[in-house]
Amino acid sequence: MTKNGYKAIVIGISAGGLAALSKLFSFLPNGFPLPVIVVQHVAATSNRFIYTLFNNKCRLTIKEADDKEEIQAGFIYFAPPDYHLLIERDETFSLSIDAKVNHSRPSIDVLFESAVYVWSSGLIGILMTGANSDGAHGMRLIKEHGGLIIAQDPKTAEYPVMPQSAIDTARVDKILSIEGIGEWLRDDLVHLTRDVKNESRSG
Amino acid sequence: MKKTAIENIEITLLLDAIFERYGYDFRHYSRASIERRVRHFLSKSECDSISGMIPKLLHDESFFDIFVRDFSITVTDMFRDPFVYQSIRKNVVPILKTHPFVKVWHAGCATGEEAYSLAIILKEEGIYDKTTLFATDFNDGALDAAKKGIYALENAKKFTANYQAAGGTTSFSEYYHARYEAMALNQSLGKNITFANHNLVTDTIFGEMHLIMCRNVLIYFEKALQNRVLNLFSDSLVNGGILCLGTKESLMFSTISKLFAPMDENARLYQKKVL
Repeated sequence: MTKNGYKAIVIGISAGGLAALSKLFSFLPNGFPLPVIVVQHVAATSNRFIYTLFNNKCRLTIKEADDKEEIQAGFIYFAPPDYHLLIERDETFSLSIDAKVNHSRPSIDVLFESAVYVWSSGLIGILMTGANSDGAHGMRLIKEHGGLIIAQDPKTAEYPVMPQSAIDTARVDKILSIEGIGEWLRDDLVHLTRDVKNESRSG
Repeated sequence: MKKTAIENIEITLLLDAIFERYGYDFRHYSRASIERRVRHFLSKSECDSISGMIPKLLHDESFFDIFVRDFSITVTDMFRDPFVYQSIRKNVVPILKTHPFVKVWHAGCATGEEAYSLAIILKEEGIYDKTTLFATDFNDGALDAAKKGIYALENAKKFTANYQAAGGTTSFSEYYHARYEAMALNQSLGKNITFANHNLVTDTIFGEMHLIMCRNVLIYFEKALQNRVLNLFSDSLVNGGILCLGTKESLMFSTISKLFAPMDENARLYQKKVL
């Protein structure tokens, strides 16, 4: 957790995600204080090799989320292909093969919504390049619970539909390029001043 | 108190009420999925809060029937994770062939896609005729669909690709015929499958099995319940019997891990040791 009360970051991304995430992760420094949890839309049959590609470019450890695994800072977790990824109140992962949501499994909305119930205003949501609107509802929910939401600037996104749908659906706090998001996470996040008095009661 | 904390209380009360009234025990399911399903059901109901659904669930059995059918349906594919079926062909079938008859339990079969997939494998390997396949689920709605063996035609392309990747020896179109928007599996595939209601949480062991498949069911349970169910499987297997779990499930950290040897860890195939 950061001193200003942030506890976790969730990222939703779809088409164009491979290059965008590779660039974004290169900004995250050693000792980054928050766990990062990603839903990337991928084909059900895709293998897990792509995540290890990122590992060479990133100081944090990238792994696929395991069922009942404890969520820790210093890790970037990916939802496994063809499973929904959910957060439990004890800050562990759950997986499900419930029906697709927004034609997707994993679905960004499923992750974001379950994360809101656990971290409420301690949550940061980021929605990036993609060709559908999964995640927009989840972004609005994060905002409603006092969390912070960032959309990739659609002008800089390989596929603008997904970040644009967040901007249309929710009052996003920041609209930034990939480099902008990376720099904000690296330089500004921990210095951000906010009122966290209500935070302690959510546990 | 926060709204989300109040909702948490409501869900606990709802699960208690269902258990006390109907005996279905969802109290030790992974909570996040349960909460999502309850919220989803609420949004489709005419009630205005989760606790508001409790009186209706207690007094109106037909409302509960709809709830339980809607509540727990999972969605899988024929030959999901084709490499698992390939490994079953290579590693499990030779063992099954040594038995004069074969008993298989597919626990948590949902709408039946994977039970029929296994039937096809066993058929192509020439052992289906001596096999009895018990496919169980606690959800009668899912079982009704499983018995019919009719799936949306839009799945045919994916199922065909999975079948081929699983090492299918003929053409997948041999196993179904398309009608309107549906694909109906050949009736003969269900010949030796017995679909039955069984609840892993509250029911007990199920015969002396040579193979138990239970994929993507344990992920819905909390750790303690996972262990209970794994012990149930261990007790239901003959010595040398085989357990197949989902690719994100493992025996590794369970209380029965010492009783089993990994056969193909990647495919989550484990063999019960002969003690």
